[in-house]
Amino acid sequence: MAYEGYLKEFLELSDITVGDKIKVTKPGMEHEGMLLEKPDYSNENTLIVKLSSGYNIGIDVKNAKIEKISEGKKPKIELDPVDKQFSEEKDNLSILSTGGTVASVIDYKTGAVHPAFTADDLLRATPELVDYANITAKAIFNILSENMKVEYWKETAQAVYDEINNGADGVIIAHGTDTMHYTASALSFMLDTPVPVVLTGAQRSSDRPSSDAFTNLMASVKAAKSDIAEVSICMHNNEDDPTCDLHRGTRARKMHTSRRDTFTSINMNPIATITNDEITINDTEVKYTKRGEVELALNNEISEKVALIKMYPGIDPEIVDIYIDRDYEGIVIEGTGLGHCSDEVIDKIARANDEKIPVVMTSQCIFGRTNMNVYSSGRRLLHYNVIPVSDMLPETAYTKLSWACGQTDDADEIRRIMQTNLKGEMDTTLSQKYFIKN
Amino acid sequence: MSEDKFNYEELGLMMGLEIHQQLDSKTKLFCRCPNSLTDKQPERRIYRRLRPTQSELGEIDRAAYEESQRNLQFVYEAYNHHTCLVEADEEPPAKLNQEAVDISIILASLMNMKVVDEFHTMRKQVIDGSNTSGFQRTGILATDGYVETDFGNVTIETLGLEEDAARRIGEEEGKIVFRLDRLGIPLAEITTSPDMHHPEQVKQVAYQLGQILRSTKVKRGLGTIRQDLNISIREGSRIEVKGVQDLELMPTIVENEVQRQLNLIDIAKQLQERQAKVETCIYDVTELLESTESKVVKSILEESNSGVLAIKLKGFKGLIGREVQPGKRLGTEFSEHAKKMGVSGLFHTDELPNYGITQEEVDRINTDLLLEENDAFILVAGQKDKAHNALTEVVERAKEALIGVPEETRRAQDNGNTEYMRPLPTASRMYVETDIPTEIIDPQRVEKIASNLPELPVVKKERIQKEYSLSEELAEQLVQRNNADLFEEIKKELPEMDATKIASDIVSTIRDLKRDGYDVSKLDKDVLVEIFALVNDDVIPAAKTEVIFKDACEGITPEDSVKKNNLEKLSEDRILVGIQEIVEENKSMIEERKMGAMGPLMGKAMAKFQGKADGQTVSKLLTKEIQSILNS
Repeated sequence: MAYEGYLKEFLELSDITVGDKIKVTKPGMEHEGMLLEKPDYSNENTLIVKLSSGYNIGIDVKNAKIEKISEGKKPKIELDPVDKQFSEEKDNLSILSTGGTVASVIDYKTGAVHPAFTADDLLRATPELVDYANITAKAIFNILSENMKVEYWKETAQAVYDEINNGADGVIIAHGTDTMHYTASALSFMLDTPVPVVLTGAQRSSDRPSSDAFTNLMASVKAAKSDIAEVSICMHNNEDDPTCDLHRGTRARKMHTSRRDTFTSINMNPIATITNDEITINDTEVKYTKRGEVELALNNEISEKVALIKMYPGIDPEIVDIYIDRDYEGIVIEGTGLGHCSDEVIDKIARANDEKIPVVMTSQCIFGRTNMNVYSSGRRLLHYNVIPVSDMLPETAYTKLSWACGQTDDADEIRRIMQTNLKGEMDTTLSQKYFIKN
Repeated sequence: MSEDKFNYEELGLMMGLEIHQQLDSKTKLFCRCPNSLTDKQPERRIYRRLRPTQSELGEIDRAAYEESQRNLQFVYEAYNHHTCLVEADEEPPAKLNQEAVDISIILASLMNMKVVDEFHTMRKQVIDGSNTSGFQRTGILATDGYVETDFGNVTIETLGLEEDAARRIGEEEGKIVFRLDRLGIPLAEITTSPDMHHPEQVKQVAYQLGQILRSTKVKRGLGTIRQDLNISIREGSRIEVKGVQDLELMPTIVENEVQRQLNLIDIAKQLQERQAKVETCIYDVTELLESTESKVVKSILEESNSGVLAIKLKGFKGLIGREVQPGKRLGTEFSEHAKKMGVSGLFHTDELPNYGITQEEVDRINTDLLLEENDAFILVAGQKDKAHNALTEVVERAKEALIGVPEETRRAQDNGNTEYMRPLPTASRMYVETDIPTEIIDPQRVEKIASNLPELPVVKKERIQKEYSLSEELAEQLVQRNNADLFEEIKKELPEMDATKIASDIVSTIRDLKRDGYDVSKLDKDVLVEIFALVNDDVIPAAKTEVIFKDACEGITPEDSVKKNNLEKLSEDRILVGIQEIVEENKSMIEERKMGAMGPLMGKAMAKFQGKADGQTVSKLLTKEIQSILNS
């Protein structure tokens, strides 16, 4: 934040700018230090000064005398180029960054944290990476993951496709954790990949020594070199450091606001576990797509007019009307229990059906499968052609319906796509062991 | 004052004091977990690694870098309810604890300081594992204060408010084990300016700061206060001595450190004269010691990947064995650096042949390394990579020896010596904690607190001693054990009650119960007032409070306790009847001994009433009855 009001005027008149060394004198005290930007919460009449000890303090300018001691030097960040140590023997891995900062450089002089975006930044912060692969890195966006959009998924899919086409043996995508599972499932449908595509991120920002970013990144490198040629998410397995899980991109969900092990596989177990430099397949009876099994293909046509609606007691059924009136191409309902909604909402779904808008049913229980035959409201929904999608996650159903609507306008075709397992997003049997209580 | 060993003024001695004191707020600084340690078995364990982050220009903090070189891994012991996700670094910190801020403002006011207008929480990188996050949250709350001493005022530069680190429990399989109970306990950090010139002055300041701290809500007992001393002389360097526990030891620590610096300066001069040089090359001399008789070396060589490595120090011979502190040589300092890299120690020219290493082996090494007359070597046996890191450290330390005194953080030892801990942290390893909003401190809040400051312990002791006619010992104990406020609150509710009885019950009876394992936390002010009121209202004899205290600790109300133990005093009428009986039975004795019968009869009466009558009443009635017989 910038200084405002008379302080701004004063600073301008005195030719003092942020970064300058100043002296503030008040009765009984005197401080020298660097003038800093203001944080979000700060009084208007307060100057923020970084003392030589490194501490920041706020000083009210009332009765204060302020002098400029010296001009601040703009810190120039000129870093040595990194020796990437390319060799024929190592795999070629690409790291694409979307804005989740996997590495950071701290400018202790000002206290500013610079996220590392360039390949060189990343490699300088984690030089060990070059021992394991020939790394090329690119920043494709610089956004917080809550600002992700459908069009960015398209661009990401294109970027991944290009990397693989150019010879990458594996692709790692650094991504903010909030919506990582949406991107992972969207990419799963948009790409047929012969090599691993691994999304990773951090729950503790990478400027901290305790950041999980490093472990997650190293495990992702391992995963990207493995034979698991799927879009996956690689994050901490538990609160401990060395172990990461590799989740199928269509089956993972962020389940905790802050813990490192926030990602959980739903209705299946993680495909593999990675500890240090060891990768272990968790269940040999669970199949996965192997390296080279499919041809590289990109199909990133996707609709931006699909909605995800959560049912709750007291919901205003007109919410459904709004989407219909706005020409939405598909609606995913996160129903209650086995896949239900209130009678009033069912009436609106009948209207969507009349207007040939596909409505997909998932469950807000997260775990388990929908079943529309047990109760009468389920049977009524089926009567209006609601598409139940079995044990598919609501978030995955959302990205899949968006993709399906991008593929075709034909309602029957959309129904067929939604009810066919394409990328391991649904299964006909559910093991007893797939639940939090096991 | 005893005669000083050195002329401190001439040497340009400068000292500063840094005190860390745990505050006794109800909860921790950045989460609402209990502000206390626990000895319960840990219920959870977390395994973590830390990694120093890259600073601008690719610089990693010196101390942080050295710690990372040791490639340490950490285990944290945690609890289901005593600690939470914040200590585990699994959740952003909660809001700054306002009680801790208030206590700090009290301290700031007592030290005549200026409280900042905005408190900014900073992240200070610490990657020895003692903070799960890899940094300590800390901020400056006040600046520019002073305390008075016989040598003049000493400036208190800053008062910091910060979180305490996790408690180191031990080591297992190369991992350091910490317990999370202490992590996040609020700490006040008091830093004086480094311009004290005499050890006695430091002692006085430490005493005064102790008084100030103890006047408010701070924790008491072992480990709740930590004192660090900065020492330098003009030609030397700044040394930070950590963990100075004993005030009385301060002058010795200063003396030994001054001596150390003088010796190191002298060694540097001699090395410079000899044109000494430190070679950075590390040699493998394992083969030369293959058939050694040295048990230490032999057993190390039996392990895999082990070996003996050596460095060459040109012109150092004779000086490595030179004493720098009582019983500690320059070689000891080299060894302390080497040990930080996980080796068990080193051998140097000036102590060999010894430890089973023969003159022949020494000669062989001398020849192999092409050593000349004044040259020395250092050997380290161990895992080769560890030995290599250890010698790299020694090379750095030896280079410093050519210049003089390296800036260091050292640990105080019980005998007044110090040992190497780590390099001094560089100042530039702080950045703002963005998860905690700026704390704007309203000047009115400071004024309100400043106009209602607590008394210093020594003032309080004198006042209560006088005001309540207590013995000096009782007043002293009340203040020392932080019970003076409790005492005064009880006295305020029961103004007629005997002050000495209240005070002695608090400082001795209740304390004994605590020692015997009673849960005296149940004896809060209200319960105590209820119990003392029974004495005050003449319901029970004063001597019976202990029984009711014990019951109260078990959750029995004072009222029930009185009934259960049949403690109620006898009415004066009942006592009179009892006394008349005794007097009747002992008439002959009274006639014979007159008032001299008082003593034996008093004993009989007290035995008869079994403690349910107080002595004063019995004595009054008995006197009257005896007199009436004598008068008849």
